[in-house]
Amino acid sequence: MYEIIEKKNLGEGMNVYKINVPDVAAKARPGQFVVLRVHEKGERIPITIAGNDEINGSITILVQTVGKTTHLLSELSAGNKLADVVGPLGIPSEIDNFGTVICMGGGFGIAALHPIAKALKEHGNHIISIIGARRKDLLLMESEMKEASSELLVATDDGSYGAKGFVTDVLKKLVVDNKRIINRVIAIGPVPMMKAVSDFTKSYNIKTIVSLNPIMIDGSGMCGACRVLVGGKTKFACVDGPDFDAHEVDFENLVNRQRFYKEEEKAAYECHMKQHHSNM
Amino acid sequence: MENINKNLQSDATVKEGKLSTKERLQIKRHEMPMQDPQERIKNFNEVPFGYSPEEAIEEAKRCIQCKSEVPECVKGCPVNIDILGFINLIEKGDFLAAAKKIKETNSLPAICGRVCPQEDQCEKLCVIGRRKDTPSVAIGNLERFVADYKAKYGNLHFEVNSFINPGKNKKVAIVGGGPAGLATAGDLRKMGYGVTIYEALHEIGGVLMYGIPEFRLPKDILLRELQILKDMGVEVITNAVVGKTVTVDELLNKKGYSAVFIGTGAGTPKFLNIPGEELNGVYSANEFLTRVNLMRAYNKNEYDTPIKSCGNTFVVFGAGNTAMDAVRTALRLGYHDARIFYRRSRKEMTARLEEIHHAEQEGVKFDFLVNPVRFIGDENQNVKQVECLKMELGEPDESGRRRPVPIKGSEFTTDIEGAVIAIGTNANPIVPQSTPGMELNKWGYIIANEETGKTTKKGVFAGGDIVTGAATVILAMGAGKKAAASIDEYLKIGIW
Repeated sequence: MYEIIEKKNLGEGMNVYKINVPDVAAKARPGQFVVLRVHEKGERIPITIAGNDEINGSITILVQTVGKTTHLLSELSAGNKLADVVGPLGIPSEIDNFGTVICMGGGFGIAALHPIAKALKEHGNHIISIIGARRKDLLLMESEMKEASSELLVATDDGSYGAKGFVTDVLKKLVVDNKRIINRVIAIGPVPMMKAVSDFTKSYNIKTIVSLNPIMIDGSGMCGACRVLVGGKTKFACVDGPDFDAHEVDFENLVNRQRFYKEEEKAAYECHMKQHHSNM
Repeated sequence: MENINKNLQSDATVKEGKLSTKERLQIKRHEMPMQDPQERIKNFNEVPFGYSPEEAIEEAKRCIQCKSEVPECVKGCPVNIDILGFINLIEKGDFLAAAKKIKETNSLPAICGRVCPQEDQCEKLCVIGRRKDTPSVAIGNLERFVADYKAKYGNLHFEVNSFINPGKNKKVAIVGGGPAGLATAGDLRKMGYGVTIYEALHEIGGVLMYGIPEFRLPKDILLRELQILKDMGVEVITNAVVGKTVTVDELLNKKGYSAVFIGTGAGTPKFLNIPGEELNGVYSANEFLTRVNLMRAYNKNEYDTPIKSCGNTFVVFGAGNTAMDAVRTALRLGYHDARIFYRRSRKEMTARLEEIHHAEQEGVKFDFLVNPVRFIGDENQNVKQVECLKMELGEPDESGRRRPVPIKGSEFTTDIEGAVIAIGTNANPIVPQSTPGMELNKWGYIIANEETGKTTKKGVFAGGDIVTGAATVILAMGAGKKAAASIDEYLKIGIW
C-alpha cells in the first residue's frame, strides 16, 4: 500500500505522482483530497486528488516543493512507499448541469480543477476553462484541460503563451467585452487569484465556487486547524468543504492562517537542506 | 452508613491473614512518589513514578476485603474489575496473578490505572474511604502498579492468549480505535470472534493517543497495551475514515462483517463563537493536543509537526481534564505563565482533583468567573490580547450548577501569546451522515440502547462519546464491554 508507482518531474520542483491506494482510488470524486505522511515522523499534509484510476487502484497527485515535507516527497521515486495516505476526504464538488461554467485554474490549482471540469463536461455543461501560470513552461496539464473543456483559454504573467496577464483579465474580457452568459465559475489556485476572481464575479452576481487549502492535521473534522470564515461563520474546510461559495469566504483570514507556521517551516526546510547537502 | 458499619463488623469477625480490620485501618494511604513540580515542567515525562512492590503490598493491606456479594468498589467500576480479588493477590505478593485477574475484565489496565477518575468511581464507594478519618484504598495506583509490574516481568503474550476462546466463524468491524472500540475489540476477540478495527488516523488509541499527554500517559505504555491487543489477533486498519474510505453498509454487505460497532468519539471541537477566534495562536484543545501528542511536537528534534513553543502568557478556556492537559502542556512547551480562565467558580470545575492539584503545583494560575468576549490580534493577525468580562453566579441552570452572569462594565484585557479553547466537543458528522437508517438525537449523537449498544440499524452497535457526548475513557470502555456482550448474543441467536 501507498507505493509510488509512477513519478514524473514537471520542472521547477513540480512533480506528479501515481500512488497505489485502491480504497481511495475506488471512492475518490472530483474535489476531494487525501492527507499523507511521507515518513513515520513526518507531518500530515493535505493534497488534492488530481485523478483516480479505479482499475489500477491508483490516484494522481501533483506536489510542488515548498518545504521540508514536500522536499522529502520530491526525493522519492517509483517503488518507494509513503508512510500514510488517507482519503478520499472532504465533500465532493457539486456536479450538475448548470449550463455554461467557467473553470479557472492558476498554477497548481489546475491539477485540482481538472477532474471537476471533466465531470462537469460529462454532465452536459459548456466548459470554458481559463488556466494560467507565470510563464509557458510552468503551465500544467494543458492537453488534459483541453480535453475536459469546450473552450480553453490560457494566460501567462509574462505573455510567453496565451494572453499576457492574469486569468482574471481573461475572465473580465469574456464577461464584460464578449457579454458571455455564465452560470457558474469554479476557481482553484493561489488565494490572491481566487480572491480576485471572487471580487469580480460578485459584482456581476455570478455564482462562484472556490476550493480552500488551509493548514490541516487529521482532515476528518477532529482538530479544527482548518477552520475558515465563511459568511461570518466558522467552517471546517475538511468536512464542510473544501468547496465554498467564494462570495462568502474571508480570504484575508485564510491567508493569515496559512502563514502561521511560516517561520517554523522555513527553519525546518533550511535545516533539512543543510543536512541534505552535507550528505551529498 | 449502615452498610459500611455492617461491612466493617462482618470483616472484623472474619480476619484475613494476620491483620485485623483495626490494624488495616491504621495503615496510612500510600501516595506515589512524584517528579518535583519545578523539574517536571521542563520535561514531558510521567509525573508519578509508581509504587515499589513493598509500597503496593502495604497499600493492599489497607483493603478490608468486604464480604458483600458485590463489593461497593466494584459497583463503581464501569468494567466490573474484581477489585477485591486483585488487591488480595497483591497483598500475597503474587503480582502476576493480580495482573491476570484484572485482565479478565479489563483489556487496558495500565491505562485505566492512570487516567480513570477513581475518586468518582471505585474509590468513591470504597467502604473505608467513606469513614471519616480513613481515605479510600488507592485502587487506581494499585491497578497501575500490577499492570506495569507485569509488563516488566510477566509473559504478556502467553497470558493474553490463554484467554482467547476457540475461533468463532464470524467477524466484527470496530469503527474507531479509541477507548470504546478497544474495549469492544478486546472482549470480542477473547470470545473468539474475528475483529478488525478501522481507524481514521495513522495510529490507534483515539483520545489516548491524540489527547492525553505524555506526562499523564506515556506513549510507550499506551503502545505496549495496544500491542497486546494486536498480539491477541485484533486486526488494525489505519488511515481508514469510515464514511469516506469505506461505509458502514459496505462493512456489513460487502466486507463480510456480521456486526459493526461504532465508537468514533465526540471529536469535533466546540468554539466560543466570539470575534477574533480565527486569529493565529487560538487553538482548539484538539488541535493543540494533537500536534503535541499524536504528532509528537513535544519531541521536535525528531518529528516534523510544528508548534509555537515559547512566549509569556498562554490561556486555556475551560475547566475539565482536557483544559488541565492543555495548560500543563503549554507550561512544558515553554510558556512562562500558563493560566486557566473559567466562567464559573472553582467548585464547578469538572477536572479531576488530582489534575487540578498537579496543575497548581506546577504553577498554573486559575482565574475564575471570567468569560472571554473577543480576541484581539496584532498587525500580523496573531493573537495578542483577550478581552474578558467578569461574572457572578446566579440561579442554578439546567445542569444544576449556578449560572454565571456577566457583570456589566467589567471588561478587562489580558496580553497573551496563545490560547486554547477547551469547552467540549460535538459529534463528528462523518459516520452518522454516511449511514442511512441509523437514527441520531437532536445533537447529532447516535441513538443507542444504553445496556446493549444497539442502534436503530440492524447489526450496528454504538457506544462511548458518539452516543453519550463527551465523557470519560472508562465510561466509553464500559459501553464497549456491554456492546461486546450484546454483539455476542446477537451473533449467536441472530435476532435483532
